[in-house]
Amino acid sequence: MAGIISYGAYVPIYRLGPGTAGWMAPVEKAIANFDEDSITMAVAAAIDCMNGIDRSTIDGLYFASTTCPYVEKQAATTIATASDLRRDVLTADFTNSLRAGTTALRGALDAVNAGSAKQLMVTAADMRLTSPRSEFEPLWGDGGAALLIGDERVAVNVVGSYSVSNEILDVWRAQGETVVSAWEERFILDEGYRSILPEAISGLFQKYNLGPKDLTKAVYYAPDPRRHAEIARGIGLDPAQIQPPLFGAVGNTGAAFALMMLVAALEEAKPGDRILLANYGDGADAFILEVTEEINKIKDRRGIKGYMASKKILNDYQLYASWRGFVEMSAAARRPEIVMPSASAVWRERDQNIRFYGNKCRKCGYAQYPPQLVCTNCHARGDFDDVRFSDKKGEVFTYAMDYLAPTGDPPLVIVVVNFEGGGRTLNMMTDRDIDELKIGMPVEMTFRKLFTPKGVHNYYWKSMPLRG
Amino acid sequence: MEGIKDRVAIIGMGCTNFGELWEKDAIAMLVDCCFEAIEDAGIEPKDIQAGWLGSVMSCWSGEPLAYALKLEYIPISRNESFCATATEAFRNACYAVAAGIYDIVIAAGVEKQKDSGFAGLGGVPMTTSGVEPPTPPPVQFALAATRYAHHYGLSYEELKTAMAKIAVKNHHNGTLCSRAHFRREITVEQAVNAPMIVWPLGLFDCCGVSDGAAAAIITRPELAKKFRDDYILVKGLGVTCGARQATLQDSYDFVHVEEMVTASQRAYEEAGIRNPRKELDLAIVHDCFTMTEMLIYEDLQFSPRGRAREDIDAGTFTLEGELPVNTDGGLKCFGHPIGASGLRMLYEVYKQLQGKAEQRQLKKADIGLTHNLGGMGNSFTCAVAILGKRD
Repeated sequence: MAGIISYGAYVPIYRLGPGTAGWMAPVEKAIANFDEDSITMAVAAAIDCMNGIDRSTIDGLYFASTTCPYVEKQAATTIATASDLRRDVLTADFTNSLRAGTTALRGALDAVNAGSAKQLMVTAADMRLTSPRSEFEPLWGDGGAALLIGDERVAVNVVGSYSVSNEILDVWRAQGETVVSAWEERFILDEGYRSILPEAISGLFQKYNLGPKDLTKAVYYAPDPRRHAEIARGIGLDPAQIQPPLFGAVGNTGAAFALMMLVAALEEAKPGDRILLANYGDGADAFILEVTEEINKIKDRRGIKGYMASKKILNDYQLYASWRGFVEMSAAARRPEIVMPSASAVWRERDQNIRFYGNKCRKCGYAQYPPQLVCTNCHARGDFDDVRFSDKKGEVFTYAMDYLAPTGDPPLVIVVVNFEGGGRTLNMMTDRDIDELKIGMPVEMTFRKLFTPKGVHNYYWKSMPLRG
Repeated sequence: MEGIKDRVAIIGMGCTNFGELWEKDAIAMLVDCCFEAIEDAGIEPKDIQAGWLGSVMSCWSGEPLAYALKLEYIPISRNESFCATATEAFRNACYAVAAGIYDIVIAAGVEKQKDSGFAGLGGVPMTTSGVEPPTPPPVQFALAATRYAHHYGLSYEELKTAMAKIAVKNHHNGTLCSRAHFRREITVEQAVNAPMIVWPLGLFDCCGVSDGAAAAIITRPELAKKFRDDYILVKGLGVTCGARQATLQDSYDFVHVEEMVTASQRAYEEAGIRNPRKELDLAIVHDCFTMTEMLIYEDLQFSPRGRAREDIDAGTFTLEGELPVNTDGGLKCFGHPIGASGLRMLYEVYKQLQGKAEQRQLKKADIGLTHNLGGMGNSFTCAVAILGKRD
């Protein structure tokens, strides 16, 4: 029977919160950097999930989001490539609903149970936008989660599930719109969330003859903390049974929310725990999960806990507003326009740019990035092995800070990174505090979006100071 | 292999004003500097048998030179090596003459940068995947400056002050040069506190962007005597190309530029120079950034490794010093139209050797060096030329 065999998550480093000029709410929320999107966050969560796992054994990748970067162009293929999976894998995007994360989970379980894949990774990430100062702004955050589904060494069994579909226009985003719309609060709660989520949970309890006393933890989507508490009361849960929602610290991360809270629960779970997982959006999904001994073997994951150990409060709301396109910031001096990259060049370089492959000379062993046709060290031609540099750690050899270059967070920091085990790259640094820059500082690589000329996203790897 | 020493002579040179020349296009600038060179040589345009045109972003093929001077159906090649373009045009012209293929040739360099509408370099458009981190010249030398300070234990203040003194020197020299783009004095304090361009390089650590052109008429020494007595001989030419060693090899130290070390060594060998600091009378070098000039002092063996600062403080490279560097204000103040600069450097040495260098004329000027550097991502073309008087 298919179940969860590994997990991972990702929380961006930046926060809006008390301390951010122009931020009114008394809470914090996690916000993606200007160079992140739902694809890059999914990659980070996937890589966390795959730590210590042979990536060539993964047979597919599903991606769930309401904020896929393209309307037509699959996100899961980009995530699978950046995660350096094989090419003969199943990929699919699950979109358009807050519930997409658990829909993808359902799909992955069914695929593994049906024998279409032995191991299939479910990723979810979202970066939902609401207008500045809206009621939703303090509640929503950005982030991602990943679950690896398999049928051997299962750490979390999926014992049962129940789903309802519900046709309602409560919360939606129309084509061409960047911000989410919602109808009046009383209606959307009464006939939406408050009615439908309990319907799925009751359906699940009835089907499997369960009650609140059978649960160790309840993990479930909610639009806000008050509604989250209401559901708990409605089910009849003790405080100890409630998996704390991430409001006030990370925020409601849309299609990734339920899965991120599940990862947080799994980080503390013990063998024998029984977990309710419930999700809402155009209906509701509910699952009963049972934790096995294998949970103790999932180690070395950053997950929610690890990523939340490092955060930076943004100084100024205006910078965030410029990142999201609410405000257009003029450059300091007139600079050339960024042109759309050549699609054939992007395709030709996909291994070095998206997988971040360099190569290693078979004659002299020298590691080099980008991959060379002629060895930089011994000048031998055509005798190389591919080397994945994306998971190598490095240190800063030297750096510069460009105050004229276009970037979402000036100055643009350019670094020369020397990798552990050999090799070097000239690279951009992100998620950085310029006062903390110094030669020798340790860095890791992170998958980011460089530019978006004419709506085309150009992805690449940047370096960043080690996260917590 | 035979070297180039004494096989090629310059009989005429020209150089426009460098600056924001709004009323001049590339053709007009070529007309100005090339006719100055033609008149200086005492020849006529129809005597020119071949041409080399250097331009990075203003001209394609050699045709603009033919069009400008109305040269009738002669062979003209266009050269490009980023900022080392003009010396490359010069070098190719020299080899053609030394090979005995042509008697009289012209090498010209031009750049029309101020039509771009951008502050700073406009950037060279390329169809690529667009993921390479932008490393325009200021970034490349900021990377070197950060590492140099770390490697030799300089504080931020010490680094900034050393660089500032180079800017102050070149600004002063620029005031003595009628064709220079920028002609005003600055202070160390102004340079140290100037706004950042690419940390740690500030506004006064960076040369600006200019329009301009320069040219040389070249022939064999045996023929040169017919045109003038004070023709100038090419004593050495050393050119190198990097292969991105700096960013591929994790042992590359960033506190020297290997291309500059090797190019100058080759030029010194050809010219028979063993102690550059003692034997050279002047050096016109590629001060795109003050940091670059500092590295040049060490890489070209003017100062011992790691000790450029001592010479900067001692005034070794000022007009009154042991080895004047950038007597005409350098790229910083004369200006830097990227395809023309190498030939402007040769123009300054040529005029100094002939005793025609206005108020900045050196008392002793028998042997001079030019150094020209261009590239992206810390991988360069470096071209070093040494000129000398006839015996």
